[in-house]
Amino acid sequence: MGAVLETSGLTRNFGAIMAVDDVSFELRSGELLALIGPNGAGKSTCFNMLMGQLKPTKGRVKLGGEDITGLSPRQVWRKGVGRTFQITSTYSSMTVVENVQMSLLSHHGEILRFLPYATRQYREEALSLLALVNMADQADRHCAVLAYGDLKRMELAIALAHDPKVLLMDEPTAGMAPKERVALMKLTADIVRRKGVSVLFTEHDMDVVFAHSHRIMVLNRGALIAEGTAEDIRNNTTVREVYLGGGTIFADQGGAAHA
Amino acid sequence: MEFFVAQILTGLANASSLFLVACGLSLIFGVTRIVNFAHGSLYMIGAYTGYSLMQVLPGAVGFWGAIVVAGLVVGLVGLLIEILVLRPVYRAPELFQLVATFGVILVIQDLALMIWGPEDLLGPRAPGLRGVVRIMGEPIPKYDIALLIITPFVAVALWYLITKTRLGVLVRAATQDREMVGALGVNQSWLFTGVFALGSALAGLGGALQLPKGGADLLMDFNILAPVFVVVVIGGMGSLPGAYLAAIIISVLNVFGVSYLPQSTLVLMFVVMIVVLMIRPYGLFGREEVAGEHGQVGEPERPIKPASNTVRMVVAAGLLVLALLPLYGSHFSLVLITDVLIFCLFAASLHFLLGTGGLVSFGHAAYYGGGAYVAALLVTHVDSQMELAFLLAPFGAGLAALSIGWVCLRLTGVYFAMLTLAFAQLIWSLVFQWGDFTGGDDGLVNIWPAQWLKDTTVYFYFTLVIATSGILILRHVAHSPFGYALRAARDSERQAEATGIDTRKVRLLAFGFAGFMGGLAGALFVFSKGSVFPNELEIARSFDALIVVFLGGVKTLAGGVVGAGFFKGIEELLIRFEYWRLLMGLLIIFVVIAAPDGVVGSLRKGMERVGLRRVEDQ
Amino acid sequence: MLEVGNINSFYGKAHVLRDLSFDVPKGAVVALLGRNGAGKSTTMKSVMQIVRTASGLVRFEGQEISNLPPHKIAKLGIGYVPEDRRVFSDLTVVENLIVGFQPPREGSVTWTQDILFDLFPNLAERRNNRGKALSGGEQQMLTIARTLMGNPSLVLLDEPSEGVAPVIVEQMAQVITQLKSEGLTVLLSEQNLHFARAVADHAVIIESGARVYYGTLAELNANPDIRDAYLAA
Repeated sequence: MGAVLETSGLTRNFGAIMAVDDVSFELRSGELLALIGPNGAGKSTCFNMLMGQLKPTKGRVKLGGEDITGLSPRQVWRKGVGRTFQITSTYSSMTVVENVQMSLLSHHGEILRFLPYATRQYREEALSLLALVNMADQADRHCAVLAYGDLKRMELAIALAHDPKVLLMDEPTAGMAPKERVALMKLTADIVRRKGVSVLFTEHDMDVVFAHSHRIMVLNRGALIAEGTAEDIRNNTTVREVYLGGGTIFADQGGAAHA
Repeated sequence: MEFFVAQILTGLANASSLFLVACGLSLIFGVTRIVNFAHGSLYMIGAYTGYSLMQVLPGAVGFWGAIVVAGLVVGLVGLLIEILVLRPVYRAPELFQLVATFGVILVIQDLALMIWGPEDLLGPRAPGLRGVVRIMGEPIPKYDIALLIITPFVAVALWYLITKTRLGVLVRAATQDREMVGALGVNQSWLFTGVFALGSALAGLGGALQLPKGGADLLMDFNILAPVFVVVVIGGMGSLPGAYLAAIIISVLNVFGVSYLPQSTLVLMFVVMIVVLMIRPYGLFGREEVAGEHGQVGEPERPIKPASNTVRMVVAAGLLVLALLPLYGSHFSLVLITDVLIFCLFAASLHFLLGTGGLVSFGHAAYYGGGAYVAALLVTHVDSQMELAFLLAPFGAGLAALSIGWVCLRLTGVYFAMLTLAFAQLIWSLVFQWGDFTGGDDGLVNIWPAQWLKDTTVYFYFTLVIATSGILILRHVAHSPFGYALRAARDSERQAEATGIDTRKVRLLAFGFAGFMGGLAGALFVFSKGSVFPNELEIARSFDALIVVFLGGVKTLAGGVVGAGFFKGIEELLIRFEYWRLLMGLLIIFVVIAAPDGVVGSLRKGMERVGLRRVEDQ
Repeated sequence: MLEVGNINSFYGKAHVLRDLSFDVPKGAVVALLGRNGAGKSTTMKSVMQIVRTASGLVRFEGQEISNLPPHKIAKLGIGYVPEDRRVFSDLTVVENLIVGFQPPREGSVTWTQDILFDLFPNLAERRNNRGKALSGGEQQMLTIARTLMGNPSLVLLDEPSEGVAPVIVEQMAQVITQLKSEGLTVLLSEQNLHFARAVADHAVIIESGARVYYGTLAELNANPDIRDAYLAA
C-alpha cells in the first residue's frame, strides 16, 4: 500500500528551541498510526504543521503525492484531511445533527447562503454519519448536554463529513472513562476498515495505543526515536527510558534520545 | 517657539484630570475586567461634591481640602457601587456587568439633578491662583501651573502605591492571574472592592480638580467618557504609565488641534487611537487579551428552531393588533409605536451581531445614525427624492460597517468593542465638526418623507411594514446556513476553521449586514422626525441599543426585539416623570441582578420551572 | 493531616476524578502517580477548590475545607505550587515572593526572603529580575519559594520535575527532602516514578481519575506488577 500522507524533514523551531526536528514518516493507506512521546516532545507542533495551523521552518508535507506544505487549515481540510481535537471543539449552541450539518454545509460550499433553513440542509446525510458512530438516536439533542464520550463520537462524525482521506486525531480518548476509550477506538478502527480512511493519532493511554494501532512512532525532544509495531516499541530500550519508564531520572535524557 | 511652549504647558495641565480619571478606569479594568461605563458619572460626582464643599469650606485650605474630600467621598460611592451592584453579578457572563454600570449612570444622573439642579455650575477659582503668569511672554493661568506641579506628584504617589507597597504588588499580580493570587491566600473580593474604590476616588479627584477650569454640569459624565476610553485604550488597558503617556498625547494634541485645526480637534483624537491600535493592537503598554482567558462564565445558548405554528400565530396576532392601532389609538400612540418599532429594528440589528455573532460592538449607533445622515445628506445636498435617499441609506451604512468591520475584526474581546466605539466616535466627531456639510450641532432639518407618506398614519404603516420585515429577515438569516456559520464561528472558531469555514469573512459580512439593518432603522427614523442631529451617532445611542439587547437576553433570538419593545415602552411611560432616569436605572440594575439571562431567557427558565414550558432535554 | 474522601470533579462535561480517596499523614511526602491525563493536576486543584469538587469531602487537620474558597484554604496553611508555574511574569522575583507572604503560623516553619534565598541561591542573584526573564528552572523554584512565603504546613507540588532540565530535577529532589526535614508535609504529583522514589514515602496511583493503588513506596517497589500495570507499559 502506498503512502497517503508523507512528511520529509519536517522541522519547526520557536526561537532557539527545536520543537520538531527533521521528522520524516509516511502514513499508509488504511493504516492506524500512533504518535506517542512525553509531554513537550513536539507531538502537538507536529500535528499543527500537518493541519496548517503552523508553518514548518523546513520540510514538506505531501498528501497523496501533492505538496500541501504551508496551506491554511481551511485549504488542508478541503484537500481531504479531517481532524479531531484533544479537548472537544463543538458548536455548543447547536443540536448534535446540526453540528454535523455545519461541516456538510461547508463541504458543499453553502456557507454563504441566506435563504434556506440550515437545519433542513443535508440532514439525511448527517444522520447517516451519526449512525456510523452510533449516535443517531441522539441526533436532536442539544450537544451541550451530551456526555463527554458522546461528544467525542460526535466530533468524529463531524470529521468524517467530507469523506476525508486522512484523519488526524489528537488524543482521541483523553478525558474518557477506560471503557469508553476502548469502545471509541474500536469504533474508529471499524470506520477505518469500512471507509478506507487512514488515521494518525496521538495518545497517552498505552492500552489504547498497543491494542489498536497498526504501527507506532515515538517522538522525543522533537525527533523520531523509534518506529515499529507494538512489540518493537515495547521492547525498545530507548523508548522505555524516555517514555515508558525504566531509566533513571537523573540520566541525561537528551543523550538517551540519540542513543 | 514661545507659543509652542505655552501650548505644551496648557496641554500638560489639561492632561491632569484626564489622567486621573483614565488611570482609575484602567486600574478597575485591569483587576476586575469590568469596563466601568459609570466612570464618567463618578467624575461628575467628584466635580459636584467638590463644588459644594468649596462653598462651605473657606480659603485655600478649604479649596484644596474640598478636592481631597471630594475624592474620598467618590471613593466611598465607588465602594457602595461595587458591593451593592457589582458583587452580585461577578459570576454573570463577561460584559454583562457593564449593563449594570449603565444603570448606575442613569441613577447618578438623576441624583445629581435632584441635589444640584439643572443649572451648570461655574467652578470657583482657586484662592491665590487667580490670574496668569507670563512664561516667555505667553500668559499661562496660574492654576494650570499648579496642575502641572500637582499631577506629577499624584502620578508619583500612585506609582509608589502600585510599585512599592504590598497592596500595589497584589493589584499587579491580580491583573495578571487572579486565580493564582487567590490560591496564595489573598481575598479577591476585598481586593476588587478596594481597587474599585481607589479607581473611583481617582475619578472623583479628577472631577474636583478640573473645577476652576471647567465647572460642573450634568453632561460631563458622557462627555469625559469618550476621551477617557481613548486614553485607556491607547495606553493599554490596565497600564498606568500607558494612561499617563496617552493622556498627555491626547491633551497636547488637542491644544495644538484647537490652534491649528480647529475644525477637527475631536476627529484627531480618534484618528490617533485608530492609528495606534492598527500598529499596536493592545495599546502602547497593554498586554494581549486572549478571548475567554478570564473565564466566560454562563451556560451555552440553546439550539434555535424555526418558529412553530403557535409562535407564528401569536406574532401574527400581535402584528394585527398593531396594524389596527389607527382605529383605536390616539395620534400620540401612533408616533410612540413608530418610535418603538424603529428602535426594535435597531436593537435587532445589534442583537444579530452580538447574540448570533458573539461580536460586542460598542458603536452600533454609527450605522443607525449613519443611515439617517446618508438619507438626510442626500436630501439636503443633491435634493434627492425621499424614496431614493431611503433606499440608499442602508447601503451607505452597510458599506461603512464593512470598512470599519474590516479594521476592527483584527481584534477580539474588549479591544474589538473599544475600536468599534472609536470608529463610531470618529464618525460622530466628523459630523459634529464638519458643520458646512453636515450642519454640525444644528443637525439637518426639513428631511420630510414623500407626499404619499406625509400622513402620520401612513408613515406608521410604512414603518410597521419595513421594521417588521427587517426584523423577520434578521431572524431568518439567523436560521440560514450563513447565520449558522456565524454561530459556529462564535461557538468554536477552531472547529469552524478546521472544517473549512472562513470565520473572518463570515464575521465581516455579518458586520456589514447588521450595519445595513441599523442604517435601515436610521432611515426610518430620519423621515419620521424630519430632522437628524449628531446625538443619533453618540455613545449614548449605541449604549441604548446595547443595554436593551443585554436586558432582553443575548442568548435568545427574540431578546433584542423584546428588550427593545419592553424597555422603550417603559421609558416612554416613565419619561413623563421628572426623575425617570432614576427609575429606569434602578430597573436596569434590578433586571441585571434578578434576571441574569435577560428578560426572555429568565422568563423561559421561569416557565420551565413552573411547568408551563417543556424542559428540553436535560 | 489531609484526608480526601470520595471526591468527584469535572472539567465541563469531562468527569475527571471518580470517587477518589487517599490520606496524607503529617510529616510525610506522598507522591501522586499516574500517566498524563490521569487526573493528578485536577486532584491538586480540587484540594485547593480551584476546581470545585462536585461531591466528596476534603479535610485538612480535621476541618472540612471543600466548602471554602481557595484563599481561605491557603490561609489555613495549604500551599499550592501549580504545574504550569504561573509566576507573575511582570513582577520581580522579590515581588512574587511578596504576593505569597502570609504571617507566620504557629507550629510550622517560618520562611523569610533571606532563608529562601539561601535555599535557592539562583533566585537570590536574580531577585530584581522580572518573572518572565527567568529560565524554566528558575521559575519553578520561584513558584515553590513564593508558596513557602505563606508558611504552609502542607505543600501541594504539582509536577515539579515537569519540563525542567535534569540538573534542576535533582535540585528539586533536594529541596523536597529539605522541606520534609523541616517538618513540612508534602503532596506531590509526578509522572516520573524515579523522582518519586527519591523523595516520597507513600504513593497514590491514579488512573482515569480513580485510585488504583495506595501504599508505601517500599511496597510499590516490591510489587513490580502494579508498577508495570499502571506506570510503565
